[in-house]
Amino acid sequence: MKLSHLVAPLLAASLVGAVPTFAQTAPAAGDTAAASNAGAAPLPGDAVYKAFHGEEGIQRIMDDFIVRITTDPRIKDRFANANLVRLKLLLVQQVSYLTGGPQTYSGRDMKTAHEGMGLKNGDFNALAEDLQLSMDKEGVPFRAQNKLLARLAPMEHQIVPR
Amino acid sequence: MTHRSYLALGGAIFCAALAASVAARAAPLLDQGKLLLTGGVTNAEGASGGGIATWATITGYGDNDGIGGNVHATYAGLRDYSLTDYGAAVGLYNRLELSYARQDFDTRSVGGKLGLGNGYVFSQDVYGAKLRVIGDLVYDQDSLLPQIAVGLQHKEESDKLNAIRSHAFGIRSASGTDYYVAATKLFLDQSLLLNATVRYTKANQNGLLGFGGPKSNDYKPQFEGSVGYLVTKKLVIGAEYRTKADNVGLKENDWYDVYAAYALNKHLSVTLAYANLGDIATFKNQDGLYLSLQAGF
Repeated sequence: MKLSHLVAPLLAASLVGAVPTFAQTAPAAGDTAAASNAGAAPLPGDAVYKAFHGEEGIQRIMDDFIVRITTDPRIKDRFANANLVRLKLLLVQQVSYLTGGPQTYSGRDMKTAHEGMGLKNGDFNALAEDLQLSMDKEGVPFRAQNKLLARLAPMEHQIVPR
Repeated sequence: MTHRSYLALGGAIFCAALAASVAARAAPLLDQGKLLLTGGVTNAEGASGGGIATWATITGYGDNDGIGGNVHATYAGLRDYSLTDYGAAVGLYNRLELSYARQDFDTRSVGGKLGLGNGYVFSQDVYGAKLRVIGDLVYDQDSLLPQIAVGLQHKEESDKLNAIRSHAFGIRSASGTDYYVAATKLFLDQSLLLNATVRYTKANQNGLLGFGGPKSNDYKPQFEGSVGYLVTKKLVIGAEYRTKADNVGLKENDWYDVYAAYALNKHLSVTLAYANLGDIATFKNQDGLYLSLQAGF
């Protein structure tokens, strides 16, 4: 493999961009693998992680989710300059962690990650609806979806300035 | 001007102010921003809640920065009576709810037996205002704090009641105001909703038989409780219970229902319930099916 084939994706992954949602994409000096940055404590056990079909299921959900949020007329403009590769990576980490899976979240905390974006209550809800659709598509049972949403919902207070 | 003319004028001024604010805003005001079913459905008194209980929810799909409204129509076919009601409500910034409902209580053949004539209809207009004070149903998943709202419902029995007030019932007034505090909590982790409401009221049969009576003309607290289970994004099923006073001596019973509320989308919801309103004006065990439609923007 040529060196250039390695360099291009690495460059892409390190692009800094403006990104709302549950996870911060721009790698920054403040990034640590602190579990508390994920914004909530994980669900106990791994039943919900399994209900999400584990790592593969969460990857599929986030693939679908990225498509939805970047085409949703209500919020797509928020992602115009986003590093979607890194965003997806962090989303998978965060959801895996929160549902009781083995990953840890390496991004910034929710408040810092979304600071200065001027996000509105409607943006947060639109994103939540898109996540529900992606979880529906993966066949995650409604009860399990709600358990994840219960962990994510309080982040609204961090992500949307009052 | 009559009371209704003041109301119409107030409504016109309100709509004009709202239209002006819609034109001035950059972000869409009618944003349909709330998640499905999180504005509750509309109950028989025109307020957002379940079928018979008033909840702390603010009606409509307007999110914290928007407004939303809806109209509703309800029919309940009871053993000897029927109750229809229809109305409109608006929710502003997920903070303030204003509502109007008209209730028609058809006595059918009971009317004849009560000496009023068959098909005699008791009607009342209910004007409601509700203010969300603290808490958020959807986002406060990490605390036990419920969404808490305070509100009032001003009820005016139709003029016909005055004609029968001299009747044996001894009803004190054809109009009155209920005051309430509602606390609603959504436990997303359990897909479960709980509501508890305390209502200070003098109403007889919800106000349909006026207010106060020979036994009592005092405000007394009554209780409304609801549970709801979120089956899918679009479907909630549950049960409710509501206590009633007995000011007139005609033996009022507590109400209860079991319900299913289904949201086709953010524009249309339908609620089907089995309701038991107990004894009404000496006629026993008034139960039956309740069907309600809510259409909104």
